[in-house]
Amino acid sequence: MQAFTTLTGIAAPLPKANVDTDQIIPARFLKSISRLGFGKNLFANFRYKEDGSENPDFVLNQEPYRKAEILIAFENFGCGSSREHAPWALLDFGIRCVIAPDFADIFHNNCFKNGVLPVRLPKEVCAQLMEDAKLGANARVTVDLEREVVVRPNGEEIPFKIDPLRRHLLLNGLDDIGQTMQHAPAIDSFEAKQKAAQPWLYA
Amino acid sequence: MSAQKPRTLFDKIWDAHVVDTLPDGTALLYIDLHLTHEVTTPQAFDGLRAAGRKIRRPEATLGVIDHNIATDESRYTGIVDPESALQVATLEKNAAEFGMPLIPLLDERQGIVHVIGPELGRSLPGMTIVCGDSHTSTHGAMGALAFGIGTSEVEHVLATQTLLQKPAKNMRISVDGNLAFGCSGKDIVLAIIGRIGTAGGTGHVIEYAGDAIRALDMAGRMTVCNMSIEGGARAGMVAPDQTTYDYIAKTPNGPKGDALKRAMEWWKTLPSDAGAHFDTELRLNAHEIAPQVTWGTNPEAVLPITGVVPNPAEVADEAKRAQMERMVQYMGLTPGQRLQDLKVDVVFIGSCTNSRIEDIRAAAAIARGRRVADGVRAMVVPGSGLVKKQAEQEGLDRILKEAGFEWREAGCSMCLGMNPDKLTPGQRSASTSNRNFEGRQGPGGRTHLLSPAMAAAAAVAGHLADVRDYQPKETV
Repeated sequence: MQAFTTLTGIAAPLPKANVDTDQIIPARFLKSISRLGFGKNLFANFRYKEDGSENPDFVLNQEPYRKAEILIAFENFGCGSSREHAPWALLDFGIRCVIAPDFADIFHNNCFKNGVLPVRLPKEVCAQLMEDAKLGANARVTVDLEREVVVRPNGEEIPFKIDPLRRHLLLNGLDDIGQTMQHAPAIDSFEAKQKAAQPWLYA
Repeated sequence: MSAQKPRTLFDKIWDAHVVDTLPDGTALLYIDLHLTHEVTTPQAFDGLRAAGRKIRRPEATLGVIDHNIATDESRYTGIVDPESALQVATLEKNAAEFGMPLIPLLDERQGIVHVIGPELGRSLPGMTIVCGDSHTSTHGAMGALAFGIGTSEVEHVLATQTLLQKPAKNMRISVDGNLAFGCSGKDIVLAIIGRIGTAGGTGHVIEYAGDAIRALDMAGRMTVCNMSIEGGARAGMVAPDQTTYDYIAKTPNGPKGDALKRAMEWWKTLPSDAGAHFDTELRLNAHEIAPQVTWGTNPEAVLPITGVVPNPAEVADEAKRAQMERMVQYMGLTPGQRLQDLKVDVVFIGSCTNSRIEDIRAAAAIARGRRVADGVRAMVVPGSGLVKKQAEQEGLDRILKEAGFEWREAGCSMCLGMNPDKLTPGQRSASTSNRNFEGRQGPGGRTHLLSPAMAAAAAVAGHLADVRDYQPKETV
């Protein structure tokens, strides 16, 4: 997993609540057996018209947002399915950070496993950042995970909080399977005890 | 033990599965059953392969193919779409390479992962159950802690049989009294989502309680737990009781004899203790719930079938008004229009929410002696080969076919537009599935969620209809 430390980039405003995983990556595009290549179908139902041409009204089809690395949205971002294809599609497009007032649980988890940082900020702040994002290509936003601050184009710093363990893993790009493997003796003894107490689970 | 503070059903299952606790309070949680399907696993097996890892407990893992498969005869001759075929072949190859038990495509036990787990007796009370699929919450109806995970977590469970988890908050939703005529578990859960919203359960595990939940059969409880995720909760549960035990006793792989007796001793300790703390509580009166139908593009946009399309102009909040305007426009509706006047093109009875034998009986009871309206395509897709067999033994297939319904093979089918069963742009469907998101059943498709009986009523009426006006006919 690619580490996330600090990111300065173009932020795309998506002023919608309840952006669900079928919007982020529709189910008909989930057929790849790779983690890569989902970016071209990110938000496919909004980005493309029925004839396959680009919809010029959608933010990611507009300059400078074609190169957005940060996405700003409203409440309950990522609701719906558990598909990890949602963060994969964001990442493959180039978006490494989503800022919203809150996130659906499974999507939130999935982001951390893929080096995508979900940042929770109050709705008014998200609205302010969306206004900042509309100023132009030079209006870049910085997301500093080390210091846990978002820096507005005007230099104002907005603090945020990330769970310490997740922050540590993300800053260092660590795979948590390796970490869990260190608990193998505890898993072994759990299984031995459970097998004695609940043998039907091992039948 | 007597000094221990009262615990909820969730607390008890959680406590029984903590292997270790990290310094920050994150638990390493043991997983008893890991269900897998073809869509969310290929990248996880790639990860195992790259790291030289194995499946820790293949016997606690079970794979099945459900999302990509065609539900017509073409399943016997091969999957037409090359990407779908590759995804299915990849699961078969990975199962063979890693020693994971897999139900073969043409096996009669094949079906939707959330139908077969309980049906085979693999999903049991007190278990922790995961699957790379958000509707894993379904298995909570057995009195288990069951939730959906992403592909990285699938890999983590395959390799370690554990997950890193923070404890969830406890929420109890009690549905008191008796369910009214014409209503089912689907109407209960849609009414709940209408009340709490699509993020109402975020961060919580919901325990469903109350007389109306107790009175539901296992299929009804599974429907309710299934849609917990549509209310934002990762898991929903119902405490095990005699209904649960009677169901398990009839399953092919559930514990038998002494093992069952011993299991029941532990299962009977699982229900939440009196005085256990719930962070959030909600009560509903069952008799106030009317047959429900969604009108918009998320499951909280739901109304009783007697309702009318809401008017966005009456909404003060600008963002909410914009969202409602978009829904009305996408769904091709006019504010004030009666929901019962909406003509349907397609009726879909199936999905992990409503494809069990009880659901098919409910649909057949309405279909019996009636005809699917002209111009309506109606399909019934059983949740598994075993459900299909049972329905055919009961003659339900004949009733449905005589009424003009298509009788299909088991699979996810038209729930999610990943296989050949899809809506075309602008088509309106009455669907027993769980999500009405834009494009969910095919690009441009318009989905109205409802119960199997309501779906059957819509099929014969040709428009959304109140099932209370379409009661079973005794004679054919």
